[in-house]
Amino acid sequence: MKNIIVYGSGCKNCITTADLITATAKQLNIDISLAKETDLQAIMEAGVISTPAISIDGKLLHSGSVPDQSKVRGILES
Amino acid sequence: MLNWFTYLADWITFSLLGLASESRLADSVHFFIEDTSKILVLLIVLIYSIAIVRATLDAEKVRYYLQGKNRFSGYFLGSVFGSITPFCSCSSIPLFMGFVSARIPLGVTIAFLLTSPLINEVVVVMLGSLLGLKFTIMYIAIGLTLGMTAGFLVDLIKGERWLVPFLAEKYQQTGKLPELDHTQQIMTLTERHQFAKKEMLDIFKRIWKWVVIGVAIGAVIHGAIPADWFSEHLGAKQWWSVPVATLLAIPMYINATAIVPILESLLLKGVPLGTTLAFCMSAVAVSLPEFMMLKQVMNTRLLMFIGAYLLIALSLIGWLFNAVNF
Repeated sequence: MKNIIVYGSGCKNCITTADLITATAKQLNIDISLAKETDLQAIMEAGVISTPAISIDGKLLHSGSVPDQSKVRGILES
Repeated sequence: MLNWFTYLADWITFSLLGLASESRLADSVHFFIEDTSKILVLLIVLIYSIAIVRATLDAEKVRYYLQGKNRFSGYFLGSVFGSITPFCSCSSIPLFMGFVSARIPLGVTIAFLLTSPLINEVVVVMLGSLLGLKFTIMYIAIGLTLGMTAGFLVDLIKGERWLVPFLAEKYQQTGKLPELDHTQQIMTLTERHQFAKKEMLDIFKRIWKWVVIGVAIGAVIHGAIPADWFSEHLGAKQWWSVPVATLLAIPMYINATAIVPILESLLLKGVPLGTTLAFCMSAVAVSLPEFMMLKQVMNTRLLMFIGAYLLIALSLIGWLFNAVNF
């Protein structure tokens, strides 16, 4: 089970990113728990400065854009 | 090279549609075809090329470069980076916090944030293709100066007093600067191409309809409004037209893209250059939702200061350009 957090202020890009992760994980049969972090202070503490950003099990793996499917797959399988 | 678009418009308007060359309708149709084809083609080519070059530039890298820099070179670098770094406007808050917590001078961060919407590839490409190189260079120079001055002034009045408490605390910590880890990202040419293609398609999908709408409005003005109407009613003699234009532009941020072609036809109809510049910059720089978002990290006083600064600075620029004929 992978703990995934999507950081972002709740704009469209962040929602797209979260949906993409859920869909890809389902496709790959990977068990995940996905949370969206919108609290500004928490985003700052995580060291995120451009959103949407993705962390898995506490490690920041992507930030600044909606990732494409192959990137998401890479992140999930890592 | 840009003549091709004029020939294309000539051919469609006069040969294909058979419109009489002196009619108002032909004028509007010609304007519409020339401008939409020109802007859309240039946007595709230039956005792709720009994206190829800056594929590895991101906010993390900029923050790394700006940390610990001298204040004054910081204002300049902040503005320059602001103009070339792409980021989604919903990122501006995390970015602001990230810069402030790295103890980059507040003025440098403000310079970055202010220049970023003002000088972006879409606006620059549109200005360049419609209003010419001279106008575009002037616009970029003024944009950078506007950002640098804002940064300088914010530090001068000690703007950090008006940050929200948790940020002010981070900013005023003393001792060693927080360390940033930064790994140089290396991209192959194929990856750059992928990135640029995606960027180009994203931007194109988002703005093509605004280009068409803007040009259509511009075309109607071009054909329907008599040539000296504006210079009589909104000319350089009406000093108040500059601040009014600046204020009127504030709600227009939604589609800065649509505004440039409208401005082109207004300029052609004799609206003075300074008024046009002030309107254009205000439309692009000041967006209400952005200001509301900034309230989460700074207090209303600092926000009002920045708003007032923009209004005054843009009016001054407008008056200056109306008074001096370039």
